[in-house]
Amino acid sequence: MSAHAEEHFAGSNKLFSAIWFWLLLLTGIEIFLGYKPMPIQFMLTILLGLSIVKAALIVAYFMHLKFERLSLILTVVPMLVICICLLFVFFPDSFRSAGLRYKFKEPPPMARETTEEQ
Amino acid sequence: MSTEARAGSFTAADWDGGTLPYRVGHRKLGMWLFIVSDSLTFSALLMGYAYLRASNVWPTPFPFYPSIVFSSVMTFCLLSSSLTMVFGVSASARGDKAAARKWIIATILLGLAFVVLHMIEWKHLLDEGLRPFFLPEDWVKAFTTTDGTPPSPLFGATFFAITGLHMFHVLTGAIYLAVVALRVKKLKHEDVEISGLYWHFVDLVWMFVFPLIYIMSVDVHHLTK
Repeated sequence: MSAHAEEHFAGSNKLFSAIWFWLLLLTGIEIFLGYKPMPIQFMLTILLGLSIVKAALIVAYFMHLKFERLSLILTVVPMLVICICLLFVFFPDSFRSAGLRYKFKEPPPMARETTEEQ
Repeated sequence: MSTEARAGSFTAADWDGGTLPYRVGHRKLGMWLFIVSDSLTFSALLMGYAYLRASNVWPTPFPFYPSIVFSSVMTFCLLSSSLTMVFGVSASARGDKAAARKWIIATILLGLAFVVLHMIEWKHLLDEGLRPFFLPEDWVKAFTTTDGTPPSPLFGATFFAITGLHMFHVLTGAIYLAVVALRVKKLKHEDVEISGLYWHFVDLVWMFVFPLIYIMSVDVHHLTK
């Protein structure tokens, strides 16, 4: 911002436009990757990785967190990351219940009936 | 002491009162805490979606047109609306309230474009027969595995719940920004900045919803055709 700013708001419009361009580019890469056949684990890892980069760019520059006091960053970010990581506790159960599924010999009658109702 | 302050650790003087320990006002701190809690809401929903997807046969039904084309244009609208919002906050920081109002109105229009496109995209899926607890019949046929396991009918539930809650956030954000745009001359700069925080958060959530819901469900093999 120019020196005569009444309020301090770091970062120029040129910088923000550059961030916007990078966000669009990363989104384009994501869409392109969506059409590349690859194992779902690779796809998920790459897409989530790119999304975290995009989220970091938005939080740091658009939401201005990069220019805030470190104590605010330390208050807001680590606890969120830890809480989200704690949610991974559900996945072993998810993989377990996938193995418990009854193996049908043919499509079950329930599935056909319920879709015909509409 | 000065190195400590630069490292951001709390010094006694910060918490003695009369100063803002985080160097932000209480309203802005409140918005940050709201954003953290709302992030957890969306995280929980996305985790629930991932849980169901990992434990079921999951359909990947989205065709290039309309689903991916629409959602990509929607992503463009939302990213651009974040940029116009930043310009609005910058203008407000300069004290140029008229320019701030114009940029915020541009942000609202892009946000509403997102909602309208999303409604059209929902209409396509509803017309195909997707419901919260039922899949269209041809999807069931296309995605039933060779051993006869049908795809999970909860696809619609996760899709409509997550994108619906996000759309609700965009709508409330548009209303919030409309109030800010109307009252921008009376508001302090920090209040404009706070509304920007909320808007960027809505954009940020879509950065996870779009790849996980849309791109991970692309119909690469044209199974539904």
